[in-house]
Amino acid sequence: MTTTYAFRDTAVLLKRSLRHILRSPDTIITTAVTPIAMLLLFVYVFGGAMKVGGDKYVNYLLPGILLVTVASGIAYTAFRLFIDISGGIFERFQSMPIVRSAVLWSHVLTSLLANLNSLALVVLAALAMGFRSGAGLLAWLAVLGILVLFTLALTWLAVIPGLTAKSVDGVSGFSYPLIFLPFISSAFVPTEGMAGPVRWFAQHQPVTSIVNTLRNLYGEQPVGNEGWIAVGWCVGLLLVAYALAMRTYRRKLGQ
Amino acid sequence: MTMTPAIEIVGLKKSYGDQAVLVSVDLSVPTGTIFALLGSNGAGKTTAVKILSTLLKADGGTATVNGYDVATQPARVRESISLTGQSAAVDEVLTGRENLVLVAQLRHLKDPGGLADGLLARFGLTDAGKRRVKTFSGGMRRRLDIAMSFIGDPPVLFLDEPTTGLDPQSRIEVWATVQELAAQGTTVLLTTQYLDEAEQLADRIAILHEGRIIANGTLAELKKMLPPTKVEYVEKQPSLEDIFLAVVGHDSAQQVGTPR
Repeated sequence: MTTTYAFRDTAVLLKRSLRHILRSPDTIITTAVTPIAMLLLFVYVFGGAMKVGGDKYVNYLLPGILLVTVASGIAYTAFRLFIDISGGIFERFQSMPIVRSAVLWSHVLTSLLANLNSLALVVLAALAMGFRSGAGLLAWLAVLGILVLFTLALTWLAVIPGLTAKSVDGVSGFSYPLIFLPFISSAFVPTEGMAGPVRWFAQHQPVTSIVNTLRNLYGEQPVGNEGWIAVGWCVGLLLVAYALAMRTYRRKLGQ
Repeated sequence: MTMTPAIEIVGLKKSYGDQAVLVSVDLSVPTGTIFALLGSNGAGKTTAVKILSTLLKADGGTATVNGYDVATQPARVRESISLTGQSAAVDEVLTGRENLVLVAQLRHLKDPGGLADGLLARFGLTDAGKRRVKTFSGGMRRRLDIAMSFIGDPPVLFLDEPTTGLDPQSRIEVWATVQELAAQGTTVLLTTQYLDEAEQLADRIAILHEGRIIANGTLAELKKMLPPTKVEYVEKQPSLEDIFLAVVGHDSAQQVGTPR
C-alpha cells in the first residue's frame, strides 16, 4: 500500500518537475551550451598545443567535458528545490497525506533525466567536431552506467544546498568548485606534466579515475583496476551524499 | 464526532534556541466554526499552525486535530487537514487547472480532472484555469491556493495570514471564499494580524501574545475585555477602504476571474 503510493506520488511529482523543464527549455540549453563552448574552445583554440599522445584531442577531452556538464546541470536541481521551498509549495506537499520522500525523489529523477538529455546534446556536438568511437554496446552501456552513478551522486549532493540555502546566489554557488575539479585532473591534459603536489592531487581525486575509465571504454582500451576505482568513487560519493542529504532533510522536517 | 473539538491544544510549547515562541498555549476550536488567531508579527501564530499541520515538532504539550495527535499520528492529521501558508503555495509554471489536478492526484482521489473543473468554476477561475499561474494577480493566486486546499474536502483548514499583502478587493474575494467554506461545515483556523479581518470572519477569536493566549471568546465578549490601548492594533481605517473601493468602482461580481 505504502510502496504503491510511494511510486504513485513520485510519478505525479516527477511529471510536475518534467513539465517545469519542458516549459523552460532554456535550462537544458544553458546546461549544454557551456560545456559545448568549452569543447569548442579547448579543441579549436588550445587543442593544437595539447600533447595527449596519438589520440585526437576531442576524443581525449570529451569525458572531462561530460563530467563538467553534470556538475553544472545539478545546480539547476538545487535551484528547483530551493524555489519549491521558498515558494511554500514544499510545505504544502509536506502537510499533505503523501509519502514525504516522494518530494525529494521526484527532484532527483528529474535531475537524472535532464542531465542525460544535456549529456546527449554534448555528445552530439562532439560527434560533429570529429569525435569517433568504435566501442561496442557493452562499453557504451558501461559509460552510461558510470555517468548515471556520477549524476546521482552529485544530485544528492545538490539536494543539500537546495534544502538549506537562504538565497538564490547561495544555492548555485556550491557547484563552482565541482565544475572546477576536472581542471585539476587528467580531463584536459595528462597529469604527468603537472607540478608535484598538484599532480598528486590530480592523480588521486575521483575525476581522474572516472575520466580515464570513460576514455578507455570508448577508446576500446583495457579499463583495468581504474574502472573499479572509478565505480568505487561514484558509489562511495553517492552513499555519502545520500546519507547527508537525508539527514539534512530529516532535520528540516523534525525541528 | 461533532461533539469533540476539531482542534484541541493543551500546554503547547516551542522554542527556537533560547527564544521561547510558544510559552504555553491552550486552545479549543469547535467543529464547523471559523476561529481567528489574532496576534502581531512574531507572536507565534505561524509556529502554532506549523505544529498543527505536522511541519514542526512541539517541545511540549499536546495538540490534536480532528481527534488525532499531531505528534503520534501525523499521517492521520495530514489526511484531515489542508494548509494554506503565508505565501500562496501554488506552482507558477503550471496552469491553474494543472495545480488543482496535481493536488487531487497527490490526495489519491478519483477523477482529478473533474474535481479540478468543479473547483475552478466554484472559485470563479474557469477562464483563468488554462493560463499559467505566473500570469495571475495576487488575489487570483490566493483563491487558487485556497481552492487547492479544498480538494478532497478536508474537515480542518488552516489559513495562515491569507490576506497579508493583498489589495482591498482581493481581500474581499478571499473573505467571501472563506465564508463559503465555513458554510459547508469546514472548520477554519485563521491567523491574522488584522482586527477587521477577524471581526468580519470569525465566530470566535483568540489573541496570541508573548507565547500565550491572553484572550479567547466571541467578538462581543472580547469587546468588553479589550483594554483601550489595544486600539493600536488597527492598521486600516475602514472609511479609507470604503473610499478606495468606491473610487476604483469595486464590483466583486465583475472582478471574479478577471485578470489585472
